[in-house]
Amino acid sequence: MRPGATPLPELARALAAGDLASREIVADCLAAIEERNESINAVIHLDENAQAAADESDARRRRGESRGPLDGIPVLVKDNIAVRGAPLSCGSKILAGYSPPRDATAVTRLREAGAVILGKANLDEFGMGSSNEHSAFGPVRNPHDPERVPGGSSGGSAAAVAAGFAPLALGTDTGGSVRLPASWCGVVGVKPTYGRVSRSGLVAFGSSLDQIGPMTGSVEGAALALAAMAGPDDADATTLADAWNAPSFGEDSLRGLRVGVVREFLEDGVDEAISTRIRSAIAAMESAGAEIRDVELPHARYAVAAYYVVASAEASSNLARYDGVRFGHRDPEARTLDELYTRTRTHGFGREVQRRILLGTYTLSAGYSEAYYQRAGRVRERIRGDFDQAFSQVDVLVSPVSPESPFHLGDLRGDPLRMYLNDAMTIPASLAGLPAVSVPVGMIDGLPVGLQVQAPRGQDDRALLVAAAVERLRVGP
Amino acid sequence: MVDREEVLEVARLARLELRPEDLERLAGQFGRILDYMELLREVDDEAPLPPPVAVALRPDEVRPGLTREEALAHAPKSDGETFLVPPVILPGDGK
Repeated sequence: MRPGATPLPELARALAAGDLASREIVADCLAAIEERNESINAVIHLDENAQAAADESDARRRRGESRGPLDGIPVLVKDNIAVRGAPLSCGSKILAGYSPPRDATAVTRLREAGAVILGKANLDEFGMGSSNEHSAFGPVRNPHDPERVPGGSSGGSAAAVAAGFAPLALGTDTGGSVRLPASWCGVVGVKPTYGRVSRSGLVAFGSSLDQIGPMTGSVEGAALALAAMAGPDDADATTLADAWNAPSFGEDSLRGLRVGVVREFLEDGVDEAISTRIRSAIAAMESAGAEIRDVELPHARYAVAAYYVVASAEASSNLARYDGVRFGHRDPEARTLDELYTRTRTHGFGREVQRRILLGTYTLSAGYSEAYYQRAGRVRERIRGDFDQAFSQVDVLVSPVSPESPFHLGDLRGDPLRMYLNDAMTIPASLAGLPAVSVPVGMIDGLPVGLQVQAPRGQDDRALLVAAAVERLRVGP
Repeated sequence: MVDREEVLEVARLARLELRPEDLERLAGQFGRILDYMELLREVDDEAPLPPPVAVALRPDEVRPGLTREEALAHAPKSDGETFLVPPVILPGDGK
């Protein structure tokens, strides 16, 4: 297998054994990008220092000073996460020419672990979208079928890993933006517990929801990357206080594990082939000794509505900072300050971002805030309470990641609500701040399908261990 | 359908300028999205909420931030000391 398409733990072993050099992996990734990125459009910037960083990593190993399993592993970073010296576009025209003065904490920590920053991945503008069709750099295409979308908003990251452009990519997840594209591109995606990974240097969309998560070819690889990034950070007051280490992935059995299933997530509007595949995965878990129980999340049906109120409200507030005064695009024609704001924002933001800002401004405006924002916040609390109840009966919850397979580019243009409903399975965990992993369970008609494992807040290792067990079951063709 | 005047007012608050054709389209989309959000009214809002999750606040201390040079490095227009912007009011306005 090409190094760029090899699962991270195997690459780490080959590097440690001296069978492979970081320079070779980076060269292989760059060759794959050169060959296929023009059609996939997953990578929007290459870091000119990547080869030098790979050489430094190789030199460290030769001196016996390896920094661990990530030393020498190339990583693509979603372009809403700051990498010093690289552009930071968020897939938007409004940040044209901007380059951040420092690395995001997650990037700093990956560098400290020896990872090689390869470049930046395309995304839906500011992370807003479920298809990666909303980017100033043009849409990303699904490597399994370039006529179809990769899922969003971390579509570039997912497509890049699936196409073997990099063994590891960082995504960000606000309502499913790591898990959905991971599912549709056939890679592993992790949305950690809210607060597990610092948001410092991640451009804010919905601050109470945003989390950075790894996307890669195997669950164990994702755990290694998460462990490097996780932990408290003075620069983000919402980070959890405890350190987090990757669990050890033995041949853990599923025996005695209580697996919860929410029936609606297998029925309501779920494509039949996907539902059947997830049921086979659940049956395989049961054969392996897991105990399957039906559980209820009575408020889950309100999750999408609550999410689009809360996330749009936070977005309208967070995106107020793009005004053309301090950085990024500024409209050259404006004659007054107010014109400067309006013209800069109107020409700088894409259509979906404008829609979310307007929606958020509406639901926060005088007279509506109680009916929408305050009420949605209380529904969000009830969804969290539902999960607490469910997790008093089971250890994990499993479901599809998405009710459907990736659609064709342009299929949902003009129907934002249907696009939003694609996130119905991933949004509840986002609202409750839970860890959730998307793990591939084979293909249907040549397109990947993902299963979602959700665990209680703080139990990222449990979600990962169960996802790894599902991975080993090799469900589906 | 949301009132067009209402969409225009929200756009003004958000400092976004809508073209007439966008206004029509957005008013329709808004209507459908807000109708969907009406679902939230079904929820019994009187039932007790689950206990809150504790959040630890950091101490409110002054720490070093960006230097002036760093802060101004990306300014579209600056005199090296401050950000420069067009006037708030044009001469002759408000007569």
